[in-house]
Amino acid sequence: MIQAPDLPLWATILVSLLLVAGALVTLVGTLGLLRLKNFYDRVHAPTLGPTLGALLILAGSTICFSVLQSRPVVHEILIGLFVTLTTPVTLILLARAAIYRDRSEGILPVPPDVVSRTAETRVDGDG
Amino acid sequence: MRLVPHPFLTLALLLMWILLTGFSPGHVLLGGLVAILTSRAMLSLKPEPARVRFGLPMLRLAVIVSADIIRSNIAVARIVLFRPRERKSGFIHLPTELRSPYALAVLAIIVTATPGSLWVQHDARRHIILIHVLDLIDEEEWVRQLKHRYERLLMEIFE
Repeated sequence: MIQAPDLPLWATILVSLLLVAGALVTLVGTLGLLRLKNFYDRVHAPTLGPTLGALLILAGSTICFSVLQSRPVVHEILIGLFVTLTTPVTLILLARAAIYRDRSEGILPVPPDVVSRTAETRVDGDG
Repeated sequence: MRLVPHPFLTLALLLMWILLTGFSPGHVLLGGLVAILTSRAMLSLKPEPARVRFGLPMLRLAVIVSADIIRSNIAVARIVLFRPRERKSGFIHLPTELRSPYALAVLAIIVTATPGSLWVQHDARRHIILIHVLDLIDEEEWVRQLKHRYERLLMEIFE
């Protein structure tokens, strides 16, 4: 690591492992975009990156900069918090747009708008 | 008009400023000024006042959600990599007792941030949430899990 020459060997190994693991998790998530077949299935896959992928990479970053003691580790906590809070907003918007399209075009079998349903068959599953 | 209309938000903004820039009198002053001014922007949005109870349920929810996110990450990764043949995805209807918009917002984030489940729609009139699930085996089981793990704690925190 040329960027951090003062990092001891054990920390270098640990940080590298975390970074590679995080990158792999994110890669699997993006692979899901290719492999899953319809839109609603595909939306699930990229969430791997902002959750576990980000967690592993941020853990690596935390260890790296804590060992170097160049700055406190709270940056990573803030990054994690904001990534986790903002990603779902985009995904929910995409899902809303998709279900609106599918309801009006009727290509994929999607549940109808609950308000317009006349029969209340599945509503009473309250536990 | 009060000087600090949203004290929690102002405090959180100030805290974030200090955490990002480092502690020094100058930054506390500057951060405080920015926090007071920006939190006033919320005045024009007129948010509904939120009742939030801090305490054990919040901590338990955080732990449960973290564990669930890691577990479902592994589950979704397995589906993507090995493509099990019998997997079936689909929609589930979750009847909810949550009424607070803040509790519903938190539930939407939890459900969507967890790989394998996606919040699609909330019917505010009938209080039914439509969720898409990547690996749907039993709708009843999903509804029971969501209610048991998240809804109960969210009720304790927000309602």
